[in-house]
Amino acid sequence: MKWDEFFVTGDPFIYAADVSIVLTTIAIVFVLTYYKKWKWLWSEWLTTVDHKKIGIMYIIAAVLMLFRGGVDALLMRAQITAPGSEILKSQHYNEIFTTHGTIMIIFMAMPFLIGLINFVVPLQIGARDVAYPYLNAVSFWTFFFGAMLFNISFVIGGSPSAGWTSYVPLAGDELNPEPGQNYYLLGLQISGIGTLLTGINFLVTILKMRAPGMNLMRMPMFTWSTLITMLLIIFAFPVLTVALALMTFDRLFGSHFFTLADGGIPMLWANLFWIWGHPEVYIVILPAFGIFSEIISTFARKTLFGYKAMVWSMVSIAGLSFIVWVHHFFTMGANAVVNSFFSITTMAIAIPTGVKIFNWLFTLYKGRIKITSAMLWSLAFIPNFTIGGVTGVMLAMAAADYQYHNTYFLVAHFHYVLISGTVFACFAGLYFWYPKMFGHKLHERIGKWSFWLFMIGFNVCFFPMYFLGLNGMPRRIFTYEWADGWFDLNMVATTGAIGMAIGFVLLVYNIYWSFRYAERETMGDPWDGRTLEWSTPTPVPFYNFAKIPEVTGLDAYSRMKRDPVKDIKKDYKPIHMPSYSGKPIIMSIALFISGFGLVFEWWWMAIAGLIGVLAMLVLRSFDYDDGYYVSVEEIERIENSIE
Amino acid sequence: MLGFISLVIITFISGCSELAVLDPKGPVALQQKDLIMLSIGFMLFIVLVVFVLFTFMIVRYRERPENADYEPPQDEGSKVLEIIWTAIPVLIVIALAVPTVKTIYALQEPPKATSHKDPVVVHATSVDWKWIFTYPEENIETVNHLHIPEDRPILFKLTSADSMAALWIPQLGGQEYNMAGMETELYLQADEPGTYKGRNANFTGEGFANQKFIVKAQTRENYKKWVQETKESAPKLTQEKYNELMKMKLFTEKLTFSSTHLEWVDHAKQADYAVKVRKGLDPSKDKHNHNDSHESH
Repeated sequence: MKWDEFFVTGDPFIYAADVSIVLTTIAIVFVLTYYKKWKWLWSEWLTTVDHKKIGIMYIIAAVLMLFRGGVDALLMRAQITAPGSEILKSQHYNEIFTTHGTIMIIFMAMPFLIGLINFVVPLQIGARDVAYPYLNAVSFWTFFFGAMLFNISFVIGGSPSAGWTSYVPLAGDELNPEPGQNYYLLGLQISGIGTLLTGINFLVTILKMRAPGMNLMRMPMFTWSTLITMLLIIFAFPVLTVALALMTFDRLFGSHFFTLADGGIPMLWANLFWIWGHPEVYIVILPAFGIFSEIISTFARKTLFGYKAMVWSMVSIAGLSFIVWVHHFFTMGANAVVNSFFSITTMAIAIPTGVKIFNWLFTLYKGRIKITSAMLWSLAFIPNFTIGGVTGVMLAMAAADYQYHNTYFLVAHFHYVLISGTVFACFAGLYFWYPKMFGHKLHERIGKWSFWLFMIGFNVCFFPMYFLGLNGMPRRIFTYEWADGWFDLNMVATTGAIGMAIGFVLLVYNIYWSFRYAERETMGDPWDGRTLEWSTPTPVPFYNFAKIPEVTGLDAYSRMKRDPVKDIKKDYKPIHMPSYSGKPIIMSIALFISGFGLVFEWWWMAIAGLIGVLAMLVLRSFDYDDGYYVSVEEIERIENSIE
Repeated sequence: MLGFISLVIITFISGCSELAVLDPKGPVALQQKDLIMLSIGFMLFIVLVVFVLFTFMIVRYRERPENADYEPPQDEGSKVLEIIWTAIPVLIVIALAVPTVKTIYALQEPPKATSHKDPVVVHATSVDWKWIFTYPEENIETVNHLHIPEDRPILFKLTSADSMAALWIPQLGGQEYNMAGMETELYLQADEPGTYKGRNANFTGEGFANQKFIVKAQTRENYKKWVQETKESAPKLTQEKYNELMKMKLFTEKLTFSSTHLEWVDHAKQADYAVKVRKGLDPSKDKHNHNDSHESH
């Protein structure tokens, strides 16, 4: 292989990216060396098994990915604004929308939510960590290195370009022989392992590690949404794993699962992809529902309206999500019975979703609504998500979908639900739990500016796309003609995208500003919270709770505040905690190396990497470190220093 | 927010007639437009209800200095209310499901008004990144342009030589996938002569944006005349020329032939024909060739 086949060449954007990657790497290495932080980084963060630190690392990675996916989005909007523009070539545009979609769903939305889940859920249920802390670190590092593998594709070897859905035969070896698609398969495969492990880990955590008295129907709504999400992950992700493996076999070893020749069935990929892909949509929306429930209830100062109905709605949404996947290809020529069935099941999802919308509205009823930044994002969710939801019902009507399918109408719909659902929830959750994570709030006024710019920008960007779709504009085209008449609305959409970008920059600036200047929190409960995470001091001690709380009902911490139990005697017991370990990160690096080898079909490297993975698994199985006990004196010392 | 919505509604109503999908020129697209307009009506109602409630809640129950001491009631729900807002979406879903299913079934058949007429059969084959239209009854073939008679159902038999595409002519009706090794059917019809835009709507890679074609709907006489002229004056399509077409990338010119490729290949039965041709292999010597009848050509 020649160097110019290995490194992507010939595009000024790529050269700029090369330079910035090198400069950033040098800067990071320099800062870490200059301030002598290498050891701190290794022993405090890279080897950590503390769910709080893992959660924070997930969120940092997700924000970086949001930036990457956002730059992709802006490049697309720049190209598509005016007809016939030549900012990007067709192939480059195709690579960008492919990475935009994949990154936003797999490497931004899911990790952001899993980050919040990691940080919050053990605290919400009164646990000291997750059920399998070591496994949790494995999950994070496989996600991280899977994401890294996917991300380097655009400077080394070329990005995948067959869309995030990677339909064969387009994504197959025959029509797409470049290594880009291998990056997609292996990047998703490696990070998918982590997601599946997270699913198992949190399912067990929530089922087994709740504080005494917290039965299922007393769990906070965010914990409930997490529990259901984890079930979805456990049922859906194995399908993705198998589908990716089959396509990898097709591409690397010449098998014929999805090929055109020798009896392969291309449509099998579309089915497998969406049998995973549709539940995936709910994997990124249900935790968002949980976050909004917590925030709306907290700032309306009321118990969530219709708790049981909320739980059952989520359960039925989760169940329905597995029997609607064909609505992604109503136009596949299936007969009327099939399309009618999937049309009706899809529309049926609107029923539990509608119930939830009204329950949130009635949580506000007779409340005393405090409009903080976190609450602004949550409130904005209601009307915006409704627009996304009703257009979803329109898409569900198969006969009409023949006209919307593959158009900007669809693009508008799923951005309306994913941004006003998932992204708003990520931001809301970040503002809400930020003081618990970092010991200071984010600045409210910068936060509100950021909100309004982003929220208005979002509507200006995506609302016109409904009309573009009805006017015949298909998605994924890199250019069009003046005669098509799509210029005006595209121009408007691009203006909106710029608004969103400024909103995002302000959010990042807010993090910087607040880190430097915001007032430090001394209390653990800045928002008058209702659930157990607010009962811990800030910063949260590494063992979370010196004494595990007793739960007597819904909104456990509100109850404690209303009827405080006089707890004078502090008879602490030693706390068992797991040891940190470097093995998860080393194993994930080995997986990364192996994946990189497979991308270029360098078998020696792939095998070397796998041997590394195996070595780490063997080492772990002979690891007799069962953790350690925190002594009573140590706990007393820490608890006293907090008060 | 309300201002925004009313603005949207005004834009919508005033702009409707200019949007391709809502400006149908045939019975298929018309049925779909009717269904879309019905759903828009229901959806605007839902949006309105939610927005009014939402505005009321946040204006009325907002924290103000004068209600700073107010302690909200900690009620956990209301069975009656929850049953009401479960029942309403159920009714709406039923109200939409019935016409949807009816239309799904209706679209499987030729349009009612013209169902007594024999449909014109056109094979539409997507080849990266071209459209090949075959008229088996007339024994003619076109590339990247389509002629149809007005007021007569057109039965498209869709397939693809390689990646998955979707034939879409918004003003005549919705799309259907073209898939290699398979044949899907789609009825469309134009009620009046005119030129309409058709294209591939499903992403097929580099040349995707330009994989489009012009549809010329003509009166019966003009269409017949065009067919006759084509038969007489257009060159014959040879397999050699056809194989060349399989290999040409980013080809957007219009071509017309007085014979069809169905004589030697049906892509719905021989999925890997184009792939083999591009690799320089002889596709007719394929041991997995399922196309029994045309094997020897």
